[in-house]
This record gives sequence, structure tokens and C-alpha cells, in this order.
Amino acid sequence: MITNDERERRMDPEQQSSSGAVPPPIRRIRVDTSPTVAPSRPTHAAETLRPTRGAAGPERMTIDGLSVFYGPKEAVKQVSLPIRQGEVLALIGPSGCGKTTLLRTLNRLTELTASARREGQITLDGTDIDDIEVTALRRRVSMVFQQPNPFPMSVFDNVAYALREQGSKRPSRKVLEPYVVDALQRAGLYDEVAHDLSHPALRLSGGQQQRLCIARALAAGPEVLLMDEPCSALDPKSTAVIEDLILELRESLAIVIVTHNLQQAHRVGDHVAFMYLGDLVEYAPGDELFTNPRAERTRDYVGGVFG
Amino acid sequence: MATSMPPRTPLPPLRVPGQPTGGPPPKKRRANESISTWRLTDRIGYFLMWAAGLLVVAIGLGIVGFMAIKGLQYLRPVLLTSHPQADLDQSKSGGFFDPLVGTVLLTVIGIAIATPIAVATAVWIVEYGRPTWLARVIDSGIEIIAGTPDIVLALFGLVLFQQGIFGWMSFRAEDGAVFGRSFLTAGAMMSLIALPMVFAATREGLQAVPAHVREASYGLGKTRAATIRRVLLPSVKSNISTGAALGMGRIAGDTAIVVVLLGASLRLDPEGGIFGILQGTGGTLTSYVYNNSPAGEGNAAQKAYAAAFVLLLIVIGLNFAVDAIARRGARANGIETSRLGGS
Amino acid sequence: MLDRLRQPWTDRRAELTLGALACSVLLVIAFMIAFIAVKAWPSFNANGLSWFSAKGNVDQQLDAMVNSGANPTKADYQLGAWPLIYATLLTTVLSAACALVFSLLASIFIVEFAPERLRRLIVPIVRLLAAVPSVVYGLIGILVIVPFIGGSLISPGRKESVQYVIQLSGTSLIVAVVVLTVMITPIMIAMTVDGLHSIPRSWKEGAVALGVNRWRAMWTVTVRAARPAIMAGVVLATARAIGEAIMISMVAGSKGFAPNPADGITFLFEPLRTMAATIVEDSESINAPAMQASLYAMALLLLAGGFVLSIGSWLAKQPLKKYGVRS
Repeated sequence: MITNDERERRMDPEQQSSSGAVPPPIRRIRVDTSPTVAPSRPTHAAETLRPTRGAAGPERMTIDGLSVFYGPKEAVKQVSLPIRQGEVLALIGPSGCGKTTLLRTLNRLTELTASARREGQITLDGTDIDDIEVTALRRRVSMVFQQPNPFPMSVFDNVAYALREQGSKRPSRKVLEPYVVDALQRAGLYDEVAHDLSHPALRLSGGQQQRLCIARALAAGPEVLLMDEPCSALDPKSTAVIEDLILELRESLAIVIVTHNLQQAHRVGDHVAFMYLGDLVEYAPGDELFTNPRAERTRDYVGGVFG
Repeated sequence: MATSMPPRTPLPPLRVPGQPTGGPPPKKRRANESISTWRLTDRIGYFLMWAAGLLVVAIGLGIVGFMAIKGLQYLRPVLLTSHPQADLDQSKSGGFFDPLVGTVLLTVIGIAIATPIAVATAVWIVEYGRPTWLARVIDSGIEIIAGTPDIVLALFGLVLFQQGIFGWMSFRAEDGAVFGRSFLTAGAMMSLIALPMVFAATREGLQAVPAHVREASYGLGKTRAATIRRVLLPSVKSNISTGAALGMGRIAGDTAIVVVLLGASLRLDPEGGIFGILQGTGGTLTSYVYNNSPAGEGNAAQKAYAAAFVLLLIVIGLNFAVDAIARRGARANGIETSRLGGS
Repeated sequence: MLDRLRQPWTDRRAELTLGALACSVLLVIAFMIAFIAVKAWPSFNANGLSWFSAKGNVDQQLDAMVNSGANPTKADYQLGAWPLIYATLLTTVLSAACALVFSLLASIFIVEFAPERLRRLIVPIVRLLAAVPSVVYGLIGILVIVPFIGGSLISPGRKESVQYVIQLSGTSLIVAVVVLTVMITPIMIAMTVDGLHSIPRSWKEGAVALGVNRWRAMWTVTVRAARPAIMAGVVLATARAIGEAIMISMVAGSKGFAPNPADGITFLFEPLRTMAATIVEDSESINAPAMQASLYAMALLLLAGGFVLSIGSWLAKQPLKKYGVRS
């Protein structure tokens, strides 16, 4: 086991030589030092202009000492985080810092990658997710991807997909219809597609496709919704629509969202976690992390964004 | 700088060097997908799928194993070097030296005709391809040839090469009628069997050459033709070889054209030197197997097994060659080759 | 002349030369259709539409052609090829259907479910099976499967039940279909596996992330989207099955007989002969003009079948473009 101090000492000479040679630019992230991990502090309900929930809900998922390896490469290093009912947890950080890997571990999608290996524990309502049958887990912890990926079928069939395929019998269209309509309404898409539910999903616009994917995930009745940069492929207008949607959805769900967009993390995130090279650097309520970051590295990353 | 960074956390236990992916298996067994929750039809399908997969393995190993046992049981070195008996009944004596030579000759002729045409066509379609409609028509044309049964090609060859102007390819009767059956004519038709495979492999290779390679060559002031000759063709050499080896396998394994267009005779025509042989009729291992099976007149099952085993070895050898070429080519170019491509 | 060739080629000259070679492919196809059609014409001309019907014993008609001499009369061309056409359709459709089920299951196994070690074994085996010459399949068929079926599966009672119509000896429809299925399945597997691999991963992941098991996700999303590629594989394999001559002529009994489904199970044990097998077997007598015209007529039919299938495969690839999937 290498302690933090030891690590710092080893890194020291290099750090000095590099920082002494070139004056650091304003938003530069130093690659050559290990991050200072801020101790997490007790959260409190911050009164802000953002529509945050008053009190944090019960913890639904707990990530405890999670490490993920791709072959010999460690993509996520000893991360511990709580995911609470009724709030949005935003994961931010530069590309390749393990945010998406962390997200995909939460419903065991990483297991589709043969070389991936996981250590540490994740629990859902106190049960280790390894002990939950994997399809049952994914039904409870559903996921929306970066690229909208509606299936090549009609809008109705897309939303009804999970309902049709997960049970032991295929329900009739009549039984499904109210659920499909409800999911589309919750995803804010119903008014746009109500006239023709048999429209091919791939002919919708990008923003509509992503909302369709959200509706598809909602139809299965998940308890936790994972969103992997859901707006990165969309225009600003669709992004705004989806952000509003996220704020509405958190009333009934726990949401974890990965994003590159700091403003977006600030707008939707009740808690924000900053990750860097697989480390969890800082976890704090959104406002605090952006206005008063504790770790130096977090300051480097969010610095200048919020005066 | 970053490379000299010490590991932040203790290495996971038992990481075996030289094992780039995966580590030790997780200690605890995870609750993986459990089939017991599936629908009944899905469960039946799942077991049928396993059965189908294992059946493929069983059939493959069964065929190879059976042919190996029978082949080794009946194959004698003398069979490879002795001429067939000049008699329909092959059961008493005689080997299959002539058919073996016939297979080699026919394969060489076929691939020698097919390769230049296939490569030229592929280069034209990928590098020029104008007018577009013509390129598309030629593309479909090759697909049509690939889908034409060998027996139809054989009949086409027969009527084509019985035309007067092709008299030099086979032999001419006294009344001027052209016989039409010879190694040259059969080889020409065999080339049509190999052509689509060489074409497909070459085209795939050319399409995989990144645009910047061509642009770099043009940037050096080379003409398009020079780029093709000096840059593109060398870089798709392994693709061409792969396609050619696959095509040779198909030619060596074809029977219908041999029966109809080569005469499926037992011995080569020794008159007139090498060109005389090429103008004459003959047989191959495939026709030898066919004739000596209970379906043919020879009725010497043991020799059919022995010849079929040799034939199988040739075809498997060509397949190994394909793998070796593809692997070498992939290493040389850093281009990934398709998993099941070409078959 | 040689000096000129050695000089660096100009672009124009290279383009024209390569283009001309490429066009030779079209020339070959044009000649093929023309020559075969011309040779086939007398047979169609003499028989009209009844060429396609069943009239009398087709084997006797073909035998008569061999002896009809160099200047046959119209009557010598008499042929009702229905049993041969029927046999071709029967073997092709049955084996294509079996191979489709077989190859689809095996491909899903290879792509999604096979343990890594087994996958490494099965992929070369599929390639090997695709490369085994048809005559080797025929040899195994006639020396192993036919005696087994003739000796163990066909009871004497069954033989007697149809003894006035046809002799059952083991060479039969069932052997032809089984061996043909084994022959064409690897082709379909190769195409299907490529097709399944070409479907965007995100679709399968999307389905799996919704809590749908991998089997259902495979069928409802991946296989569904890969349908065009699968159809293309079916078409290619069917084209192979239609034209298979040598293997069928070895194992199917070589009788111009139309197996009768009304015979129940016995139907499977009845012999037959396809058009392609007929061409191979009667090619020795091709110098008899009447026989020649008949064989070329069958070749023309096979060629037309191949064309129809080529168009079918082209049509099958079209829906791919809507989803931006490459076949």
C-alpha cells in the first residue's frame, strides 16, 4: 500500500521542474501529479436559485471502494459514492477519466466487455448488485446512452420493447398502450408523436430520438436512471428540453448523469462528483463544488466557468 | 512524464505477465443471466442453438476425422506416383498420378487467367469506376458469375470453345469440328469460378487502403497509374494472394467442369509435349473420386477414399495458406482482416 | 510494342486498359446467355410449354434422344421435364429451409453465446466445411449415409409398399437434402455472422440495458436488423444448392422420378434427379442434337434461376440503406 504522502514525495521533483518551466494557463489540468482528494463533507440543503430538492432522499445505491480494470489498465480507482432517491448526481471530468465506465458498472453493462474486471462493492437498496439476477438489475437500473439508439422499429414498438420482452408473456397492444402513452408523456414526447405512433423511430429528429430513448427506459419502470452524456449529440434547444425533463424526473427516480458540460452539471446536478484519471477528486453539492471547490484540481477544472 | 508515475493503488493480485486481457476470475460467483426466468420457447431455442453449434463442430471434426482414417488406411505412396490403369475398373492396380497432375495443371491455368482479370477489374472499379453505372453493372455482373452454377459454366464452355476460332485450344477433327474439351478450355472456365473470389478480396483490400496513402502519392507528383502500380498493388498483395488461394481451393474442388469440359479421362494425353498435354483431355482428383465411387464406373471405393483424402489435404492446405497470408498481410499493413470473410 | 509497354503508363491508357478488362466480364455473361439460349431453343421450340409439364417417363425420353441420330425430327425432342424441375425445387427449398434454421442458430451461437475457446474452434471448422469439395461430400454420402439409410432406416415393408412404382435402395431425397444442407450451411453462417457483426453495438446494448436478456435482445433487435444480410446469405446458398450437380447425382438415386408427398414418410426415401445432375450424367451423350438441346434448355433454366436469386439478393440489401447499415 502506498500512502498519499509517499506518492506526493515521489512526484515532487517532476512537479517542480514542469511547473517551473512553463507558467500554467488558466484552465490547465496538470497531468503529472496525483490529485488531492478532498474529504467528503456532510451535505446540507443549500438555498439557491436552482430548483434543488429540500432534503436528500434515502440512499438507493452505494458505491463502495469500486475499481474497474480493462486488462491491466485501471479505469476507475477506489471510488465510493452514494446515489440518493429523488436527486440528480452529476459526474463530471475530462474525457477518459472513468465517468462512463463507472456509470456502466452500476447496471453491470461493463460485463459485456470481456476484458473488464471489477473490484469493490455496489449495493442497490442494501443488496449487492452481484447477487441480483442481471436482467432484473438492469430493469431496476436503466440506462440512456450518449448517442440516441432507438431500435429500427416504430415509436410504439420502441417504447413497448422492454415491457414486451422482459416478462414471460407478450402483453397485447391494448394492455401496453396506456403504459406507452404514459412513458411518452413523462418523456415529454407524446404531443409530438401522438398523431402517428407507428412512425419509424429512426426518422425522428436527434432530440426526439433521445427523448424516445428516455421514454423507452422509463416504460420499464426503473428506480435508478443512468444517463451517459445524453445531450452531447444534440442541439442546444433539445438539450434544454431534456434538462427540464431530468429535473422533472428526479421527483420519482434517482438519476446519475455523466456530462462534459459544466453548466449542465450545475443546472441539473444536486450533487456533483468530479473525477480525474479514475480518481474521485471531489464530491459535493452542486453549488458548493462550482463556487467553492475544495480540491485544487477541481478548481483548475471548473475555474473560470463560474466567476 | 506521465509514464514514470508510480501506481496509485496496489496491483491486483495474480496479474500474470504476458496475459494482456482479463485477470484472475472474480472470486465470487455473480448472479448472471439465469435461463430459468426465460420463456419456454426461448429456453428451447437456447438449447437448440447449443445443439446447432456443437453439431457444426461434430460434423466438421467427423468429416475430417473420417476422411483421415479412411485416407490413411488406403493411401499408399505408390498410388501417388503410378499411372491409372487404362481400364474402367480401377480396383486392381494403378494409382492417380495423372489426376494429381491434372488438378495442379488445371488450378494453375485457372488462377493464372483469373487473377489478372479480377485484379484489373477491382482496381478499375475502386480507383476509376467511372461512369458509375458501368461500375455498378460490372459489380453485379461478377455477382451473377459467382451465382452461376459450375455445370452451366461447363456447358457454356463447351459451346464457346467448339467455335472455330478456338480450335487451337483443343483438338480439331478431320471434318473441321472442334472438340472443345481440353485443359485450356476447362482452365478458362475454371477461371470464372475463381474470379469472383480474387475480385472480392482485392476490392476489399483496396477499399481498406486509407485515402491519405493515395493522397501522399499524388502529392509526390505521381500519376494515378503509377500510384496503382507502385503503392496500391504492393499494399494489397496479401489480399490478392488470399483471394487467389481461396479461388485455387474452389478450382481444385470442382468436378462438374472437369466431367463436362476436360473429359474426365484417366490419363493425360502425352503427345506433343507440354502444349500437347494442355490441348488434350485429362482428369483431376475430383473426377477420379467421382468415377471410382459407386456412382461412377470405376467402383474402387478404396482408391476413391485415398484420392479424396489427398484432395482434402490440398484444399485444407490452401485454407491454411489463406490464414497465413492474411495474418502476414495484416501484420505488414496493420489492417484488420475479417473473421469469416471469403468463404 | 514492348518498349511502349515498358514506358510509364499514362492515366488515360491505364484507365482504358483496366476498364476494358473489367468489361470483359460483361462480355462473358452476354455470350453465355446468348450461346446457351441459342442451343436451348430447339428443345423449347419443339415442346412449347409442355416442356415444363410431366408427360410420360422422362428417363425414357432422354434415352430416346441418345439414339435419335444426327438429324432428329421434332418428335425426337419430346421432353416433359417436370420431374427434374420438381426434384430441383424440392431439394433446393428443403435444404435451404433446413440450412436457414441451422445456420441462424449456429451464427447466434458464434457471435454471442459461444465460450471463447469453442468459438476459436468453430470458426475455422465453418470455413473448412465451406471449402470441402462437393465430390467429397458426395463420396461420404454414397458410402456412409446411403448404405445406412438403405440398410437400417428403410424397412422391407416400406420397400414393398411402393415396389410397383419405384425401387427404394437408400439413394434418396433425404440423403440429398441432408448432405446439401451440410454443404450450404457454412456459406449461410459466414454471411449471417458478418451480418450480425455489422449491426451497431449500441442497439444490442440499448436492449440489454433495459433488462432484456441477451437471447431476446439478439432476436428482437440484432437478428431483425440483420435480416437483409441473412437473406443475402440465403440467396447465395440457394444459388449453390440449385446448381449442385455432382453430389446430387451421386446420392439421390439418379431416377427421373417425382417423389410423392402423399406417400408419407416413404416420400423422403424416394429417389430423384435434379436438372443439374441430369446435365452431368448425360453430358457424355451431348453430341446427339436432341439431347444437346434438352441439356442446354435445363442449363438455361438454372441460369435463369441464378439470375432471379441475384436480383433477390440485390433487393434484400436495399432495406439496409435506410438504417445506414453496411452488409
